[in-house]
Amino acid sequence: MKKIEAIIRPEKLHAVKDALSAKGMLGMTVTHVNGRGRQKGIALQWRAGEYRVDFLPKVKIEMVLADEECQIAIDTICRAAKTGREGDGMIFVLPVENAYRVRTSDCGEVCIPGK
Amino acid sequence: MNSGDTAWLLTSTALVLLMTPALAFFYGGMVRRKNLLSTIMMSFTILCMVSVLWIIYGYTMTFGPDVRGLVGNLSWFGLTGVGQDPSSVYAVTVPHLAFVAFQATFAIITVALWTGAVVERIKFGSLLAFAALWFTLVYCPVAHWVWGNGGWLAQLGVLDFAGGTVVHVNAGISALALAMVLGPRMGFKEGESMEPNNIPFVVLGAALLWFGWFGFNAGSALTAGGLASTAFIATNTSAAAAGFTWMILGWIHRRPSVLGAATGAVVGLVAITPAAGFVPVWAAIPIGAIASIISYYVMVWRAKANRVDESLDVFACHGVGGTWGALATGIFATTTVNSAGSGLLDGNWKQILVQLAAITATMAYAFVVSWLLARALKATMGLRVKEEEESVGLDISQHGETAYGGVS
Repeated sequence: MKKIEAIIRPEKLHAVKDALSAKGMLGMTVTHVNGRGRQKGIALQWRAGEYRVDFLPKVKIEMVLADEECQIAIDTICRAAKTGREGDGMIFVLPVENAYRVRTSDCGEVCIPGK
Repeated sequence: MNSGDTAWLLTSTALVLLMTPALAFFYGGMVRRKNLLSTIMMSFTILCMVSVLWIIYGYTMTFGPDVRGLVGNLSWFGLTGVGQDPSSVYAVTVPHLAFVAFQATFAIITVALWTGAVVERIKFGSLLAFAALWFTLVYCPVAHWVWGNGGWLAQLGVLDFAGGTVVHVNAGISALALAMVLGPRMGFKEGESMEPNNIPFVVLGAALLWFGWFGFNAGSALTAGGLASTAFIATNTSAAAAGFTWMILGWIHRRPSVLGAATGAVVGLVAITPAAGFVPVWAAIPIGAIASIISYYVMVWRAKANRVDESLDVFACHGVGGTWGALATGIFATTTVNSAGSGLLDGNWKQILVQLAAITATMAYAFVVSWLLARALKATMGLRVKEEEESVGLDISQHGETAYGGVS
């Protein structure tokens, strides 16, 4: 199993979720995060003049998948979240030792929603 | 005794009282989220403290029988002899106690105004100590000079309808002095961004200030009639003109910001304060619009110079807006509105000099006394919180609370 952490533009969350469900990938955890990358910060209006914001709001999607589905998910997210401008985000892939479903105590890939 | 006047003055008193919690939200929304409660608490506690000091000795020091034009004596200590019958010199158609209550709300908000300069780093105990001393040694005497029977600026003929010098110039210049002694917030010199935590709170605060300001200005007519009506519509017009102008200035720079429009409206309210019951209604448009232009560029300059961390620009809003308003009163006042005052447009150019004298005297006195008080407190009890208390935020370090607690 692999865990995908995808940091994307907040406004792309809907498109990414829909594209993943179309491939049968239903489970995900979403958090609001702030971060920076090549896009760096932006300037916002103060009462007179402006101030810099160094960390921009993004959305982080976390999902755990079977190894063979991982590449499909990555391709799907890239396609759905891409604008071509700096600030589209990053995807990280991590190995996962095990997974448990709280309701049934099942473990392993059988816990992954959509399976 | 006039029941209409009494009803209006009591209503106005409640309106002005609301302005202090409104100010708490106006300021609270502009600080970082770790200091939201502490900023709100400053205004709220000052409301409690000054209300009590006012009836004990504040009223008599401000409005009691005159001592050499400088301050009231203590013969009305604890409101002795101040009762349900009208005063013979102040608001003669309403109970004396109604006037006491109305004026209490002015003292409260003036003390709360300068807290915008010291947010996010001042020790709470020192803030209260400074507030009590400032109220006693700055607010009461200056209010007596302008509004007290026999006050030296009143005798000079200064026109200050609802507190341009007493409230706004006074609080604005004191804010500057206090911020200079206190020093900047950590990260200020390095240009760290100080993000406002809740701009809707700022707008809510500005809107409630606007609403309360009808009591502030129209209530200052002290009667319920034509003069109150003039002040009422002039107040609304100036706020609107200034809010709109500030929005345009922001737009020229980049975007029409909400924070800017809310700030502009407050600056317009400040500027019309001394003028509201002396000038024709049309004059409220230039008074408000010009106030925004001047305050805006003072704020831009303050931010560029980056020297004094007068954090929420109390001086740029109230000091500068109040100064312009006091001068504008000397320009636009006309006897067709109020027989008590005429200005440049009536051919009375001397009025501008009188206004200038009142502004200068207030600024000099308030700056020097505030600076000395701040230095004295700094040397004794200390003004600032410790570094780690500042980085964790004043909500937790000073009050043991957080604005948004819990995870569910």
